[in-house]
Amino acid sequence: MSVKPAGRPDKPTLGSLQRSRSADVRGQVFLGLLLLAVTLAIGMVFAVLLSVIADGADVLSSRLWGFLSNPSSSDPVKAGVVQGIRGSLLIAAIVSVVAFPIGIGAAVYLEEYADGGPVTRTVEIAVRNLAGVPSIVYGLFGLAVFVNTLRGITGGSSVISGGLTLSLLVLPIVIITASEAIRAVPSSLSDGAYGLGATQWEVIRTQTLPSAMPGILTGSVLSIARALGEAAPLLVVGAAAFYTTGFQGFLDQFQGAFTALPMNVANFAKLPADQWAGHAAAASVVVLVVVFFINLVAIVARARITKRLGR
Amino acid sequence: MNETRVIETNRGDRDDEQLPSSAVNSVFTTRGLTVYYGDFRAVGDVDLDIAEGEITAFIGPSGCGKSTILRCFNRMNDLIDSARVEGSLLYHDIDLYDDAVDPVAVRRRIGMVFQKPNPFPKSIFDNVAYGPRISGIRGSMDELVETSLRGAGLWDEVKDRLDKSALGLSGGQQQRLCIARAIAVSPDVLLMDEPCSALDPIATGIIEELMGEMKKDYTILIVTHNMQQAARVSDRTAFFTAEADEATGQRRGKLVEYDDTSVIFSNPADERTEAYITGRFG
Repeated sequence: MSVKPAGRPDKPTLGSLQRSRSADVRGQVFLGLLLLAVTLAIGMVFAVLLSVIADGADVLSSRLWGFLSNPSSSDPVKAGVVQGIRGSLLIAAIVSVVAFPIGIGAAVYLEEYADGGPVTRTVEIAVRNLAGVPSIVYGLFGLAVFVNTLRGITGGSSVISGGLTLSLLVLPIVIITASEAIRAVPSSLSDGAYGLGATQWEVIRTQTLPSAMPGILTGSVLSIARALGEAAPLLVVGAAAFYTTGFQGFLDQFQGAFTALPMNVANFAKLPADQWAGHAAAASVVVLVVVFFINLVAIVARARITKRLGR
Repeated sequence: MNETRVIETNRGDRDDEQLPSSAVNSVFTTRGLTVYYGDFRAVGDVDLDIAEGEITAFIGPSGCGKSTILRCFNRMNDLIDSARVEGSLLYHDIDLYDDAVDPVAVRRRIGMVFQKPNPFPKSIFDNVAYGPRISGIRGSMDELVETSLRGAGLWDEVKDRLDKSALGLSGGQQQRLCIARAIAVSPDVLLMDEPCSALDPIATGIIEELMGEMKKDYTILIVTHNMQQAARVSDRTAFFTAEADEATGQRRGKLVEYDDTSVIFSNPADERTEAYITGRFG
């Protein structure tokens, strides 16, 4: 039954130890395909970036400040995206305040407290599926619940409704990435803390969450970027294509008409191209810059936490 | 090293009707201690009297349940959902598995050092101060940290870099830091689960020497794969083995023999012990 040992191999010659390139054709082909994939991926990203910057260069170079500080207007020379910037920043703030605590809290519960039984598994599967639900569906939910049912609180089609809708949209992403970050914390850390008489709460607060924080931040930033890029749900919730900023009381800032940068992009793109060439691209560049800065803040925060953890 | 004791502790045969009482104070007394993982009986019917101020070694082949038994003594098995403990485990006459006993309180008195050094990703100082802080001790920890690090034989090596990350220490230093961290809460007992298996012989020697000094203050239970280590450091040795169950064919752990280390290594009562310590098995 057993394979017979071949005995001592022959004395090696230089030839038998040399690498024969031809023998590893499949490996070389595989490597070539990988390089192709990487080139295509990076190439596409750069193509998008360059085309947007090139298209928007005219508007951005001729009247950058006006474009950033003016509200929407029917005059292509006056039109700006300040309302979109304001709306997008408010949405980012609402998502941070609503989706992060709820999402991270849910992840901690699922990973640390839930028993891993059928109910837990069902919830986990449901969360994963929710991450794949098209954003427009969240828009319809937001319209029904936040705009209509809760009109008294949200003020209808307001930045609150939009922010809450996008919070729901990114909640599954926050839960999934936070769960994975928590799961990746080595159990030796929690064992060590339990071994010293820490309670579950102390273990989570002093070991699990700090160690998982870089991963949680990464997921949170991704979800903010996702929220800032969505136009479809905001369209359904009723973000304005065009509104005039009159005098606004404090509450009106949150409950009144609103728009967001992706809505600006979509609206500019619909206008006649002869006068509005470049506005959509210029607004896209603004979205990219805003997302880039939010990423930067998170990267710095992550680096500081990582450094404090001594890794 | 191992002076002969007048205690008769031979547990070679589980059918002993009455266990002779120990001449020294027992820190732990187990009777019929059995651990299940789900339906699987991992190790069973363990009767041990752990004497105060001594080093007790658990030896045996992989899968014999020695680490599982060790983790009963500070209720670390509670953290494994499927684990279930039966039988009795008395700690100074208190049933550790009584419903009224809080495992958190148990672990503050019964410290643990793990197989792989697991310092927290914090500074050396904060590692040692971690236990006292969660125990609610406030104020300056400088003296406590120094005493604990001295107790673990690490002070001179780290006194100038207490605020540096513990992850920058060598493996042996990390393990001694974990010992310092464990003794900082002034435990009664230290459980050591193969504390040297990830360390080189020099670091191992340092920790073995340290254990000899620490037994003045603490009762120590150590699980080890290294029989020479058990022979060198321990006062008493418990030999476990894993045997296939006739009915299910599953390998289950059991305690074979428990006696003075000198007896286990020179004149064991059970032939399985002799086969193991002479290297013919396991």
